[in-house]
Amino acid sequence: MSTEQVLGLYNYWIVIFLMMTGFYIVIARKNMIKTIIGLNIFQTSVFLLYITMGKVRDGEAPIIRPDAEPDVIYSNPLPSVLMLTAIVVGIATTALALALIVRIREDYGTVEEDKILILDRES
Amino acid sequence: MIAEQLPILLIVIPLIAAPLCVLLGHRRAAYALALAVCWVTFGISVALLVQVQQSGPISYELGGWAVPYGIEYVVDYLSSFVMLFVSGMGAIVMTYAPTSLNRALLRSKHYLFHATYLLCLTGLLGMCITGDLFNVFVFLEISSLSTYALVSLGVTRRAPLAAFQYLVMGTIGATFILIGIGLLYQMTGTLNMADIAHRVQTVGGPRTVLVAFAFLTVGLFIKMAVFPLHSWLPNTYTYAPSVVTCFVAATAAKVSVYAFIRLIYTVFTPDFAFETLPLDTELTGLALIGIITASLTAIYQDNVKRLLAYSSIAQIGYMLLGISMANVAGLTAGIVHMFNHALIKGGLFMVVGCFAYRMGSVKLDDWRGAGKTMPYTSFAWVVGGLGLIGVPLTAGFVSKWLLLTAAVENNQWLVAGLMLVSSLLALVYVWRVVETLYFADPSEQAAAAREAPRGMLWPTYVVIGAVVVFGVWTEYSAVLAFQAASDLLEVTP
Repeated sequence: MSTEQVLGLYNYWIVIFLMMTGFYIVIARKNMIKTIIGLNIFQTSVFLLYITMGKVRDGEAPIIRPDAEPDVIYSNPLPSVLMLTAIVVGIATTALALALIVRIREDYGTVEEDKILILDRES
Repeated sequence: MIAEQLPILLIVIPLIAAPLCVLLGHRRAAYALALAVCWVTFGISVALLVQVQQSGPISYELGGWAVPYGIEYVVDYLSSFVMLFVSGMGAIVMTYAPTSLNRALLRSKHYLFHATYLLCLTGLLGMCITGDLFNVFVFLEISSLSTYALVSLGVTRRAPLAAFQYLVMGTIGATFILIGIGLLYQMTGTLNMADIAHRVQTVGGPRTVLVAFAFLTVGLFIKMAVFPLHSWLPNTYTYAPSVVTCFVAATAAKVSVYAFIRLIYTVFTPDFAFETLPLDTELTGLALIGIITASLTAIYQDNVKRLLAYSSIAQIGYMLLGISMANVAGLTAGIVHMFNHALIKGGLFMVVGCFAYRMGSVKLDDWRGAGKTMPYTSFAWVVGGLGLIGVPLTAGFVSKWLLLTAAVENNQWLVAGLMLVSSLLALVYVWRVVETLYFADPSEQAAAAREAPRGMLWPTYVVIGAVVVFGVWTEYSAVLAFQAASDLLEVTP
């Protein structure tokens, strides 16, 4: 792979970097809020992946104008539309997770998973 | 007219009924609506199954958009069969729910439970019926999100924690699936499963296809709770309210198994998964390790719900074994085991719910001697337990026998031998409970307990009765599964 190719795929590198960052946070952090932040970064990387693949070189926004030339190239709108759904799913997941964290915090008085583990073992 | 619209009605009715339950906001009214909708859904599934039997697979175009541009709903032999038992268990557990719920939830909050339950049912049925890969993801998330909410309703403080851990694992799984779908879309430019199957280059194709397949497989492994990605399952099943455990244990993992079968046999080909990639040996290995480890762990559990949860992980292994054989006999065994295990595990968790309702505990120690004070409930455990072990004349025997013969046909003697060993392990953990129920001095709770209320006992016996019926009469289980397997492998039965 030449340098140009590597640089040309820069958006994929960003996707992979974000994906691994998010995934690492989910695995490594014991604080539940941080886990959710990691999960969000992880999901966001997938949004970028989809949006990247919808872009067509020299393509313009996929809106048909009456005065457009016949050979105009449009970008693919479908991946972006799919991501609207995925964003909604992501928001729902985050909202539910935060609601659960509020309840956990009420019951245990902490949002650190290792402390909760100790509390559970003691009881 | 209405017969043509049945595929969409199956999804739309529970989907609309869910917010209606919230709007009604009244316990009895919401329950009446939810119960009616569950049984109507079951009726539609039966009607669809009959239609498929009479005139072959149905393809329904959503909004009249032609396939592959629009979303397609496909009702074929496999999906109609899976929808049948998912909606059936959904209806029967809903019938069982109200009494059991009184112990788990404030009465004023029941209507929210009914709404969430209907959403979960919608999601599961949607995953079965849709022929569009992205739609699978959407329905998967509908069912998962509502499951997280349902699990968090448990009475102890560990329930929200279990739900949270499940949410994190489940979301990672779902996101993996989403990545896989995206890469497949990138390679084929379509989301319709049948269309992808035509276009995807499985032999000598770009490496992206392999990566897509890997992401989809790992994502579904998490959802199916395949060993070693099962860590969310024991806590979820243990701390969720009894009703939720009944429903989730009977249906959720099976629908993911269904999606996995679709992925291998419809979207990709068994050749790709098992010849180009070594998925069959990996599946067999993971399944066997999972079966033995989970069964051994189940033996040492003091909490009966946790015991059954580990047993569920083991049973998923049987289904995977069947799928990994990639022939009609093996696949039939895997599919029919989905059905039989839904009945058996659903029934056993319903029995646990009955005991929990009367004794307020799911610890095996507290159940000592309950066989005398709760004879009917205890007997239901015995029958369901025999099914779990796979004793002749129960449904469990049918699927295990099919799987065993398939393994012997393939000369997989190690598989056959380990299956027998794991059945012995199942005998041990089922017998531990039976012994505690019948041959121990009653504990305080057991002595004070009365027989479970009729509203819970009847539905339990319907399911447990079905375990026996489908052990003798296989017309509507093994035969349908055989049709589905032949259809998937394109062999004329």
